[in-house]
Amino acid sequence: MNIERQEIEKLATLARIAIDDSTISDVSQRLSSVLDLVDQLQAVNTEGVEAMSHPMQATQRLREDEVTEINQREAFQAIAPETEDGLFLVPKVIE
Amino acid sequence: MHNLTIAELIKGLQSKEFSSVELTQHFLDRIGSLNPAYNAVITVTAEQALKSAAEADARLAVGNAPALCGVPILHKDIFCTNGVRTSCGSKMLDNFIPPYNATVVENFEQAGAVVLGKTNMDEFAMGSSNETSFYGPVKNPWAPDCVPGGSSGGSAAAVAARLAPGATATDTGGSIRQPAALCGISGIKPTYGRVSRWGMVAFASSLDQGGPMARTAEDCALLLNCMASYDDKDSTCIDREVPDYTATLDGSVKGLRIGVPKEYFSEGLDAGIEKAVRAALANLEAQGAELVEISLPNSGLSVPAYYVIAPAEASANLSRFDGSRYGYRCEDPKDLQDMYSRSRSEGFGREVQRRILIGTYCLSAGYYEAYYGKAQQVRKLIQQDFDRAFESVDLIMGPTCPSPAFKFGAKSDDPVAMYLEDIYTVATNLAGLPGMSIPCGMADNKPVGLQIIGNYFDEARMLNVAHQYQKATDWHDLAPEGVSS
Repeated sequence: MNIERQEIEKLATLARIAIDDSTISDVSQRLSSVLDLVDQLQAVNTEGVEAMSHPMQATQRLREDEVTEINQREAFQAIAPETEDGLFLVPKVIE
Repeated sequence: MHNLTIAELIKGLQSKEFSSVELTQHFLDRIGSLNPAYNAVITVTAEQALKSAAEADARLAVGNAPALCGVPILHKDIFCTNGVRTSCGSKMLDNFIPPYNATVVENFEQAGAVVLGKTNMDEFAMGSSNETSFYGPVKNPWAPDCVPGGSSGGSAAAVAARLAPGATATDTGGSIRQPAALCGISGIKPTYGRVSRWGMVAFASSLDQGGPMARTAEDCALLLNCMASYDDKDSTCIDREVPDYTATLDGSVKGLRIGVPKEYFSEGLDAGIEKAVRAALANLEAQGAELVEISLPNSGLSVPAYYVIAPAEASANLSRFDGSRYGYRCEDPKDLQDMYSRSRSEGFGREVQRRILIGTYCLSAGYYEAYYGKAQQVRKLIQQDFDRAFESVDLIMGPTCPSPAFKFGAKSDDPVAMYLEDIYTVATNLAGLPGMSIPCGMADNKPVGLQIIGNYFDEARMLNVAHQYQKATDWHDLAPEGVSS
């Protein structure tokens, strides 16, 4: 199986990972070899088999809608790349 | 002191044979002098360790000290430690200092353990050789030109080199058992949901599980007693009483039915490994256990299913690393998209990027059902194999890995060859079952691991059998050259 250059570019955009032009064929080749491995699954008959997401069939627990966490804005912002007035700063989005 | 087990250290501390400060200083000195050769420990918290050791001594003096009071341990650098860098082996988190402790870290603090530092690991736990770490590879204390296994290779090498008597680790597809096998130590991955994942950096959330590493099964039992707990903050944690795993270690293995899957002894298994594992099985048979040949027919599908599910979940989990709120941000981003994509391509290593791309592919429109949906169905088939097997046996045993520790670079260029390293370990993660590895011999002068797979929440029985095996053999006592003196 071979992944086309165009498809790699689309994946890179979806995953927000910049891929250097010079490495695209290398990335494509490695991804293809992994997809060849996982394509073995296509031959398996899974008709009527239920998909499994948790081994113990656990369901999501619910809790009372109460505030349980204290505000730790300062602690969280102390490790942020850039902040101002209690806000996280990112490059300008709207001109 | 570094040759004593945790059980022996607890006795020594309680009888005041040595103090926790002496013990802690001794291990810190060992890390200082030996770690440069192994690169197993990437952060040393000496000052904090000595402070908690002094506190432990004060509690020991009064009496009534908690279970692990004064015992030094290391944490895998995937567990968040308040005020101490938690890098997950990645440039992305090289500057990340969490403002909170993981539940596991908190549990050890409550038990009085002394944290010496944090151990090296494959980046975001993605790897079977420790070669993907941003901080450079860990060297196997048994053979410095060979890998220690991964992803918990730093924890395994540190315990093997006696830089600490025990360490925490995590296992998503074999990351506790495979490095334990390659470094000649004991390690247990508990049932999914037994140990809280809160504050443990997420890789593949439906597979990730924390567990302990130590030299003996008895020490693993002592550490698991503290590590396992129900935690409201982890929604997949199972609310079930934690037994005292040390209380049942002495039971006899007489009458125990051990399933030996024929698929785990097929083509591709190293002859030296097979010989050591068969000898271990014969030892248990001589102790009164019964060996039963079983079949796990869908074993061959576990690696393909795993390499859909794990990357898919990883691609979702790792989307949080975008350079906005913490972690690495690229220089001079020209706009928001540029900040996201350059921070991620500069902050993540190649293997992590590869898995994010695979995961994105498997989850993208038009492929979801064919890949993720299909893999989740195959996962069910794998679970059914185990369910059937456990109708007639108590435990399942076989090799942990297909070959002994391999040389650096041997598989790092070929992702598929590296993924096949997990061939005997990933199935238990997919099924959510507990798995363990204990040393059972040597092949090519390198350690061999015996894998023990139990039914759900049967960790006590696994530890019991492992302990009985270790009472009858001394593979777990072997030390790499130059580390026991």
